Amino acid sequence: MSRVGVVVFPGSNCEHDVVAALSALGGRAELVWHAETDLAGYDALVLPGGFAHGDYLRPGALARFSPVMGAVAAAAEDGRPVLGICNGFQVLTEAGLLPGALQKNRGLTFLCQPTTLVVASARSVLTRGARVGQELVVPINHFSGSYVCDDATYRALVEGDQVVLRYADNPNGSRGDIAGIANVTGNVVGLMPHPERALSALLGSADGRVLLEGFLAAADDAAAQRLVTAP
Amino acid sequence: MEYAVRVDVTLRRGIADPEGATIERALPALGFAGVHSVRTGKAFALVVEADSAEGAREVAGSLATRLLSNPVIEDAAVTVVGVA
Repeated sequence: MSRVGVVVFPGSNCEHDVVAALSALGGRAELVWHAETDLAGYDALVLPGGFAHGDYLRPGALARFSPVMGAVAAAAEDGRPVLGICNGFQVLTEAGLLPGALQKNRGLTFLCQPTTLVVASARSVLTRGARVGQELVVPINHFSGSYVCDDATYRALVEGDQVVLRYADNPNGSRGDIAGIANVTGNVVGLMPHPERALSALLGSADGRVLLEGFLAAADDAAAQRLVTAP
Repeated sequence: MEYAVRVDVTLRRGIADPEGATIERALPALGFAGVHSVRTGKAFALVVEADSAEGAREVAGSLATRLLSNPVIEDAAVTVVGVA
């Protein structure tokens, strides 16, 4: 079975939720402190939500310089699944692993509510189990979640099938209703909503399952691939 | 030499600034007429060791681009204020 590393920065606060969610789905997930520089033992990585380094300066601005980030970039480069949720998405954009930036919400209010997402691409490690057009109810919980990028970047995202999730009813002013994007190869994904908080209909929605199950399947594929190519 | 340097980081033109817009909307109620185009940002005060003012500006400029601002959405302006 694959191993998923959940990176903990000082100020992360969703790491246990992510481990619990992945474990509930049959995955094997472990916390990894941000000072770690060797992530070779992990087949996939999650950067969880929270306030890494207090969100000082800008969300993700200082986390980008955490010792672990070199190994995160290396994992992204060799095709392992890397998922940034909420603050993790902000970190991935600041680190240049995903294009664009996340800015303060249009209404200048902290938003904590269920949102309806529409799957825009099933090509990424997060959405591979979903179908395009499928609607998923997943909660958001953020102040800086308004996705911003220039015209050229937006065109490239759309043409490259890199927009993976859009809001059905844009809550924060994100360009193109973007809730989540992937890199060109689809193995690095960032999204503002929290799929780890949508695992049970009893607690509002179980629509996060299809996303995290897809991510775990991608982690298993990466593990198998790494076995084949290991020296 | 030590130079006092100020770095002003503001949102780039075309990037929405909801905070600036909210401040601007509050101005008429306070009796400030004829004030517009309010943009918010951050100011940083640094002391930079360098051989010249130009050297201090270069160091601060690099720092401003790599850390203090996110060039995707923000501009950074560096001012060498004087010898610290």
